[in-house]
Amino acid sequence: MEALDTLMLSRIQFAANISFHILFPTITIALGWVLFFFRVRFAQTSDEKWMNAYRFWVKIFALSFAMGVVSGITMSFQFGTNWPGFMETVGNIAGPLLAYEVMTAFFLEAVFIGIMLFGFSRVPGWLHMLATFLVAFGTTMSAFWIIVLNSWMHTPQGFEMVDGVAFATNWWEIIFNPSMPYRFAHMMIASFLTVAFLIAGVSALRRLMGDGSREVKTMLKTGLVLGAMLIPAQIYVGDLHGLNTKVYQPAKVAAMEGNWETGTNVPLILFALPNEETRSNDYEIGIPGLASLILTHSWDGEVVGLNEFVEEDGTVMHPPVAPVFWSFRTMVGTGMAMLAMSWLGVFLMWKRRRMHDASTTKHWLAVEGLPKVMLYALVPMAFSGWVATLAGWYTTEIGRQPWLVNGVVTTAEAVAQVPAGMVAGTLVGYLVAYAALLFAYISVIVYLARKAARGDDGRAIDMEHSGKAQVAALQPAE
Amino acid sequence: MFPDFANPAEWLPWAFASLMGFSILVYVVLDGFDLGVGILFPLADDVEKDKMIGSIGPFWDANETWLVLAVGLLLVAFPTAHGMILTALYLPVFIMLIGLILRGVAFEFRAKAHAKHKRLWNNLFFAGSTLTALSQGFMLGLYIMGLEQTLATYAFGALTAVALAVGYSFIGATWLIHKAEGGLQLKAVQWAKESLWGIIIGIGAVSLATPLVSTRIFDRWLDFPNAFYLAPIPIISLVLVVVLWRMIRQMPFENDARSWLPFAVSTAIFALAYIGLAYSFYPYVVPEQLTIYEAAAAPESLMIILVGACFVVPTIAGYSLLAYYIFRGKATALRYD
Repeated sequence: MEALDTLMLSRIQFAANISFHILFPTITIALGWVLFFFRVRFAQTSDEKWMNAYRFWVKIFALSFAMGVVSGITMSFQFGTNWPGFMETVGNIAGPLLAYEVMTAFFLEAVFIGIMLFGFSRVPGWLHMLATFLVAFGTTMSAFWIIVLNSWMHTPQGFEMVDGVAFATNWWEIIFNPSMPYRFAHMMIASFLTVAFLIAGVSALRRLMGDGSREVKTMLKTGLVLGAMLIPAQIYVGDLHGLNTKVYQPAKVAAMEGNWETGTNVPLILFALPNEETRSNDYEIGIPGLASLILTHSWDGEVVGLNEFVEEDGTVMHPPVAPVFWSFRTMVGTGMAMLAMSWLGVFLMWKRRRMHDASTTKHWLAVEGLPKVMLYALVPMAFSGWVATLAGWYTTEIGRQPWLVNGVVTTAEAVAQVPAGMVAGTLVGYLVAYAALLFAYISVIVYLARKAARGDDGRAIDMEHSGKAQVAALQPAE
Repeated sequence: MFPDFANPAEWLPWAFASLMGFSILVYVVLDGFDLGVGILFPLADDVEKDKMIGSIGPFWDANETWLVLAVGLLLVAFPTAHGMILTALYLPVFIMLIGLILRGVAFEFRAKAHAKHKRLWNNLFFAGSTLTALSQGFMLGLYIMGLEQTLATYAFGALTAVALAVGYSFIGATWLIHKAEGGLQLKAVQWAKESLWGIIIGIGAVSLATPLVSTRIFDRWLDFPNAFYLAPIPIISLVLVVVLWRMIRQMPFENDARSWLPFAVSTAIFALAYIGLAYSFYPYVVPEQLTIYEAAAAPESLMIILVGACFVVPTIAGYSLLAYYIFRGKATALRYD
């Protein structure tokens, strides 16, 4: 167990901030595009249900966007307050990438979100649609630049070190570094999956509250179909990403697999308690040879173990094993639950497609086919994307330790020398604020869903009868 | 004052210092009025509160982004200075960030949460705006005192903290004079009258303190012939303050004429004070410790950013103006449809 010194506290503080932050971009990146889709469908069909869906989700988008912006500002300051050594060493590379994120993405989204949110009746339809597009585009650009920088920290190239400072030699190589395409694709799909299950979960909740509106059915369908389509793609991209990591960061993969000794015919460990003291696993349950098969596509392929990353003087140069091992399993497990839920949901809707209300026209899917138990199961899945995304980021970021930039600078070298007490005090402050805001955020989403389910979705707020209305709204759907 | 434009290692840091300085100024004026409106929030009734929010709603996000750009430029162009300044200001930065977080989210929550919680979010909106303004003022004071941490510098920081918060309320009030009508506008005129002293004390204190802290700054302002060339800065500021005072006493004018003028004049005062400050500290980015030339990142990296900035910053200015144009005129309560 590491002592809670300035380094450990700074890491926890930065992890807390960045974990809180990533929750909201994960939603806004994809939700921006989903809103654009709703907006375009409304323009095409003039069907009010698309606009109702847009109006409902644009509120959650605005809320998430604000949460993302303010928690993101914290990040830009904490590079300096917590990790001055980061910019001093690799500032020549990180700098331009961050600058391009601010210049090409932040301003674009920040300006056009005003028009997107409040401009519907002030600007022509095409400009409102364009604003929605530009906000979605801006969030994606932002994700691109930050993933470029993050990937470069994992797989740095295109630079040279002079007197301990990195200088760029080839920007093309820096931007298109080996892990960038996989990480970007993995994160984009993660964002879309998060939003797919958020939409499905919140729509299921609204249906359970007795909301029989057409937009809820459409949204439920949109969420489940999007999830069912993307989850196989995510598993495929995740596998490619893992193979890429095996080449560039073998210590991370060894920690993910809980594999201490280099060897062939390595088992895939389903359960274990990795023990750093004895440098082995307690209570290991594994399938022989499967890790070799997955990682090398051959039963007797050689897989590098953690013990290769201990230097002769005993310095451990691999990440802490247990957090990486368990984060990875949490991510995969959540992904499997997503796969099961979305495919089952789509299958049930397809099987009962004739139950569709408008039975005169041909429909492939009927939301009416989803039994109530399925709706109840979808509600807790609303934030499954958050769990999987955070677990994935913990796997890759804790898996990068002890390096800050792989092979270039360690986290310990970059930390700010401020008193541990100050870091601990501010950490508590951030945690209290984040816990309260997270609670408020989820409460407001539930509240907006309840309000919409009551058909009270306008801006007028009438709360006098909320007690009664809640009871009435929780009656069964049919 | 000006670098050798033939040598990239000299003019690039200078260009980035100018760009960063410009971003900070734009931030102070634009988010200054947002924060000022937040500080004035408890003084308004519920209907007026919605209109006050409406007057900044479409803009605050983009306004805050200028802070990100400014800190970003400090980070990318002067990485060593970024570390030195922000570790020295660790606690006030933390308080500012908490303030910015509260302000930003309260903005959204107050409109979306259950009505019985609206008051809580209103209070948090005020608290967030005030904390942000106070901590920024405190950081300004400490920066002027060369980032030294003693009781005396803290006292000066406390003075600039209050002055900046009142200064922000002043510019917020002038913004409301332009964006509001009826009773709220009359209130805004009153607020502007009552908070003008913040600007006078703030600029006065900073102008007196800076030359006293450093003999270098003292000489720079008071040596002949510099003093002669620089004299217009304090003189014009003084004239503008007097003009502002006389104008606000008579506002609002008939047919709401020139309602934008107080905001424009206060912007000019902020800009003049800021130019004076920049002149005092140049070429230092960490006062008396580190110059922009010593702290600058590699010229190649700066060049890459500058090329992009030449295209992107005018575009940002363009679409920002578009947003202000779309949401021109008197503010109403915000609607999504």
